[in-house]
Amino acid sequence: MSETTTNGLLRFTTAGSVDDGKSTLIGRLLYDSKSIFEDQLEAIKEASTQKGINGPDLSLLTDGLRAEREQGITIDVAYRYFATPRRKFIIADTPGHIQYTRNMVTGASTADLAIILIDARHGLLEQTNRHSFIASLLGLRHLVVCVNKMDLVDFDEARYREIVQEYKSFSSRLDITDITFIPISALLGDNVVDKSKNMSWYGGSTLLHHLENVHVGSDRNLQDCRFPIQYVVRPQTDEHRDFRGYAGRIASGVFKPGDKILALPSGKESTIKEITLGDEKLEKAFPPLSVTMTIEDDIDISRGDMLVRMNNQPDVVTLLDAKICWLGEKPLNTSSRFILRHLTNEVPAKVTEILYCIDINTLHRNEENTMVSTNDIARIKIKTASPVLTDSYRKNRTTGAFILVDPSTHLTVAAGVVG
Amino acid sequence: MTELYNLDHLTELEAESIFVIREVAAQFDRPAILFSGGKDSIVVTHIAKKAFAPARIPMPLVHIDTGHNFLETIAFRDNLIQDMGVNLIVGSVQDTINQGKVQEETGNNASRNKLQTTTLIDTIEENRFDACVGGARRDEEKSRAKERFFSHRDDFSQWDPKNQRPELWNLFNGMHAPGEHFRVFPLNNWTELDVWNYILKEKIELPSLYFSHERECIRREGQILAMSEFLNLREGEKPEMIRIRFRTLGDLTITGAFESEADTLEKIIEEVAATRITERGGRMDDKRSSSAMEDRKKDGYF
Ligand SMILES: Nc1nc2c(ncn2[C@@H]2O[C@H](COP(=O)(O)OP(=O)(O)O)[C@@H](O)[C@H]2O)c(=O)[nH]1
Ligand SMILES: [Mg+2]
Repeated sequence: MSETTTNGLLRFTTAGSVDDGKSTLIGRLLYDSKSIFEDQLEAIKEASTQKGINGPDLSLLTDGLRAEREQGITIDVAYRYFATPRRKFIIADTPGHIQYTRNMVTGASTADLAIILIDARHGLLEQTNRHSFIASLLGLRHLVVCVNKMDLVDFDEARYREIVQEYKSFSSRLDITDITFIPISALLGDNVVDKSKNMSWYGGSTLLHHLENVHVGSDRNLQDCRFPIQYVVRPQTDEHRDFRGYAGRIASGVFKPGDKILALPSGKESTIKEITLGDEKLEKAFPPLSVTMTIEDDIDISRGDMLVRMNNQPDVVTLLDAKICWLGEKPLNTSSRFILRHLTNEVPAKVTEILYCIDINTLHRNEENTMVSTNDIARIKIKTASPVLTDSYRKNRTTGAFILVDPSTHLTVAAGVVG
Repeated sequence: MTELYNLDHLTELEAESIFVIREVAAQFDRPAILFSGGKDSIVVTHIAKKAFAPARIPMPLVHIDTGHNFLETIAFRDNLIQDMGVNLIVGSVQDTINQGKVQEETGNNASRNKLQTTTLIDTIEENRFDACVGGARRDEEKSRAKERFFSHRDDFSQWDPKNQRPELWNLFNGMHAPGEHFRVFPLNNWTELDVWNYILKEKIELPSLYFSHERECIRREGQILAMSEFLNLREGEKPEMIRIRFRTLGDLTITGAFESEADTLEKIIEEVAATRITERGGRMDDKRSSSAMEDRKKDGYF
């Protein structure tokens, strides 16, 4: 019994237009990798028969809400898990409908890789472009474009090439370097887990093989030391009378006991005494570990502060240049006040300027359009009431990300990236 | 060089869970951990201990007591409380019944599972909890697969699954109006097998019920139920000694046992890895309809 998997964890999301086959593909991955339990299979077989479908409708595996099953669509992100001896996978199955784009953003924000599905009959649709662009905006380094429903185009190589070409000419303007194309049939299983017998012209690997082996370790930032303080541990017991531990999750970089550090925003210097996880002492800490650090000097540090290295500091700013995906129901109003949540910090903020919206089909900047509605992507300027410690999102997916919260409704109204 | 910085997936999951629990302690005024005595809430408590070491867990444990407990669960709970030096708050379903707020179910299928929801909501209101940390996992059941880490509940403790707040990166938005609260699920991304492997790795102690033992049981509708004073025997049902273990621990009257020889963690892990039935498959409460869990969750269930 292997306790752990050799290639660790891969988080991926599925994207694409409605009915391109996202839920079916995930069902297929789970089914063929034997991750579906008998009672689940029985339940979906029964539901499929009720709907008058022959054989199990694999999309029912992920469409878990009553409304989803009734309408036959995915509304919210569903998370699914499976493991092979090589890797553990966390899948976010996201909705294709445009009005649920915010759920697609949710699924993509924590993913290492996105699978974009395209229906071989229809080619690229508006949602294909939107989702590809969002994946790029959210800093996903790896894309797998699955041209699905190849069975419905007679497994035709020419049709596949045509779509690949079309996608490439669109994606050349995106910020993603690792793009892999695979022709599949999610329904029948071709090239998902097993190699297709119908497409001998395709020499690449199957989807699962690719997912098991894609290298994402180097996506982590091990250079820039950033330790945002999440919580101050103060036992105040006799045994630990003067103990002050700084608890948090390493955002980036490698920290070791003995390292000289700088606390921001105070600018005070000290040295790391100990790094612990529970009662275990660590020789080094790096992302994504959650640890507790003690330091040599008694300086005032609290939640929202950050430990960094002297020679490598984040920007300390009250003015932010950012791209946002607007998630609110009503258009962005520049006279509104927001709470900006960034790392472990919450600060009052205003949107001072809307520079342009991005037309997701052409990827052009539309400077005439400064009306930011639900699901729009825009470049804006933000002013915060106190300084935040940021890096550009391109360099750092943790210190470069933020959300805007509407203080009157408490709802999350924007996802933002710095730079 | 990057090889040195690879983590196995359990360590990565643990790091995520610690972050979530610390975020609860930092963002809320009156948080609590819902402690059922089952393995998932034991793991949550273990992770909370690591998150705040060497300090104590800065929130109480809350046990919703159906009154239909395995004795082992209560003994285990009391030991753990003492070891960790945390506060225990008990919400009693019996009290809720005595107060006339709910009616005890009658008949052969009677259970207190549904009644728990009222007691839970009352306990939350009485103690003005603004966040309740639970051990539920997304892989348990299909409507759970949609859960956020920070899951908002309105003034009536209701869950609105069609209208959840988007949850981006690890930026958890815990803002809420007075009277509202959050359910928080640090183990969201864990599978049953992850939990077992973690218990082995961390040498976490569990109630003996999880391990194979001889027990007086009855067989009902393909299930094995433990004998107890709370179980209403139907005609023709005869108690017998069976070698069983439990896969989840809930209300005694509905938690199915199954025949097993697995008496060590290693054997249990082997068994779980080979099992082809989900862990909630053994629970009568989920079998009532295909949206049973979603409906109960909307009402404020765990
Ligand atoms: N013929 C064929 N149909 C497919 C394939 N993949 C999905 N479908 C069907 O396309 C429809 C939409 O699939 P679904 O997975 O719900 O799409 P989603 O909206 O992207 O999640 C369903 O009727 C599927 O059975 C495929 O490879 N071939
Ligand atoms: Mg779907």
